[in-house]
Amino acid sequence: MRLDIEGVSVEVAGTRLVDEVTLGAATGTFVGLVGPNGSGKSTLLRCVYRARRPDAGVVRVESEDVHRMAPRAAARLLAALPQESAADFDFTVTEVVAMGRLPHRERTAAGDRQIVLRSLEQAGVAHLATRGFLSLSGGEKQRVLIARALTQQPRVLVLDEPTNHLDIAHQLDVLRRVRTSGPTVLAALHDLNLAAAHCDRLHVLHGGRVVASGPPAEVLSPALLAEVFGVRAHRVRHPGTGATQFLFDPLTP
Amino acid sequence: MLALSLVCGVGLGATGMGWGQVLRLMWAGLSGGSLGAGDVGAYTIVWEIRFPRVVLAAVVGAGLAAVGVAVQALVRNALADPFVLGISSGAAVGANAVILFGALAGLGVWALSFSAFVSALAATLLVYAVARSPLGLSPLRLVLTGTALAYGFQAVTTVMVFGAERGEAARAAMMWLLGSLGGATWPKVPLAATTVLAGWLWLKLRAGALDALSMGDETSAALGVPPHRLRRELFVVTAAVTGTVVAVSGAIGFVGLMVPHLVRMLVGASHTRVLAVAPLTGAVLLVWADILSRVLLAPTELPVGVVTAALGVPAFLLLMRRGGHALTGR
Repeated sequence: MRLDIEGVSVEVAGTRLVDEVTLGAATGTFVGLVGPNGSGKSTLLRCVYRARRPDAGVVRVESEDVHRMAPRAAARLLAALPQESAADFDFTVTEVVAMGRLPHRERTAAGDRQIVLRSLEQAGVAHLATRGFLSLSGGEKQRVLIARALTQQPRVLVLDEPTNHLDIAHQLDVLRRVRTSGPTVLAALHDLNLAAAHCDRLHVLHGGRVVASGPPAEVLSPALLAEVFGVRAHRVRHPGTGATQFLFDPLTP
Repeated sequence: MLALSLVCGVGLGATGMGWGQVLRLMWAGLSGGSLGAGDVGAYTIVWEIRFPRVVLAAVVGAGLAAVGVAVQALVRNALADPFVLGISSGAAVGANAVILFGALAGLGVWALSFSAFVSALAATLLVYAVARSPLGLSPLRLVLTGTALAYGFQAVTTVMVFGAERGEAARAAMMWLLGSLGGATWPKVPLAATTVLAGWLWLKLRAGALDALSMGDETSAALGVPPHRLRRELFVVTAAVTGTVVAVSGAIGFVGLMVPHLVRMLVGASHTRVLAVAPLTGAVLLVWADILSRVLLAPTELPVGVVTAALGVPAFLLLMRRGGHALTGR
């Protein structure tokens, strides 16, 4: 399903964290959101998965405003991997992943179990099923939370820094798995090389505004990277895959 | 287990009786059967004094345990108990006004419960009004407000106790603060039981949502459980059940704090299972604590809160040392 963000603004204590952002993600695409710290990526994503109501603007899945839908109905369309990974009590991994079934009606215990098992495998954490969530490492937790989001069987998946805490092998693995899992994806990524290699389209956020949009190879120009991230970037071609990759220097040595 | 505990609770007491007689008298009371003239004295003890007391103990224990689970999810703090929101210390102000100064004398035997309930409710509203913010009820603000106001209420209570002229009344006030089931009568049971049952059923229906809430606000929202709305509802349910329970039994400590943890160690963190087991555990614990409080130093009664602590602390520590628990970080 299509995701559309139309003129979304968020203001906190007089500061505009997100300023009239408009962007979209076509059905089945993997769309990346990049930008320096504090550029408004997480705040924008929070408006999408309904942790926060935007002060202005609309978020639509297919043409429906998600903030006007019943909470559970919205959660059947939209799942998220937020940045926080708190747990007050020691749930098992299976229990955490099974929470993804909460918004669904007409559930059966057997059906749920099957879906949970499948997501555990999809996220590559089936071997952790009976472990306590609190005993996991940061990277393992992250993958379990991705499994929970997949268990929601969403049409749109919102990921806030999905590769946080992951080692390099798992970074590549998780992005590949999410890409092939089906839903339209909107992901905030801080690793520009990962973003360039995995996203169909990129939107660059700077000071709460979208300053560039398009395919990664076009958007990530050395001029833009200097302006937005304050780094000197050298564009190179990946000798194996042919993807655009970057090497960075500080602007002022 | 609970049924057995209830019978034991009725059977054991300062006045010794045979088990056969106790069962016969309980059955007579339940079925409305007749009994001989010689049984009247014993019947009064069993049916009018002990039985309602034991049933009330079960209701209060179940209520405190269920609400303890709810409060720990509400404020996202493992050290929270039903009284952390200032409810019991608020109730104490009202109760002591009745015990020490004879306020609301027109209500007769109901004055104490009524006054405790009303002041519990007032305290709750005050905490809610102070703790709310444009962003909704934040767990930390709730705990801080509840704790701060509880100190305020306690100060008021202390001044009242010191200001009272009669030493005996001060002792009664002290006893109330520690919690007691001594004032149990049949008329108090239905209202308390209904509130506890309704609160528990509501919590059971929200078990999945409570799981989501304890994974954090953002996760909860993404799972279709709006955290602020759920917290408001939890606050209301907690206040109603705690207020009612405190009104009939005073502030019985420990049950609401430890039973949820005890149960989590046994059945895991899932609220569906915790809420199924915790009320029963709380009921059994409080029935036995009440029995011991009557029997240990008979005919003098110990405050039941002392006994809940004496029973619960070793059990809790034992379980914590034996098995992994989230609190201890494994």
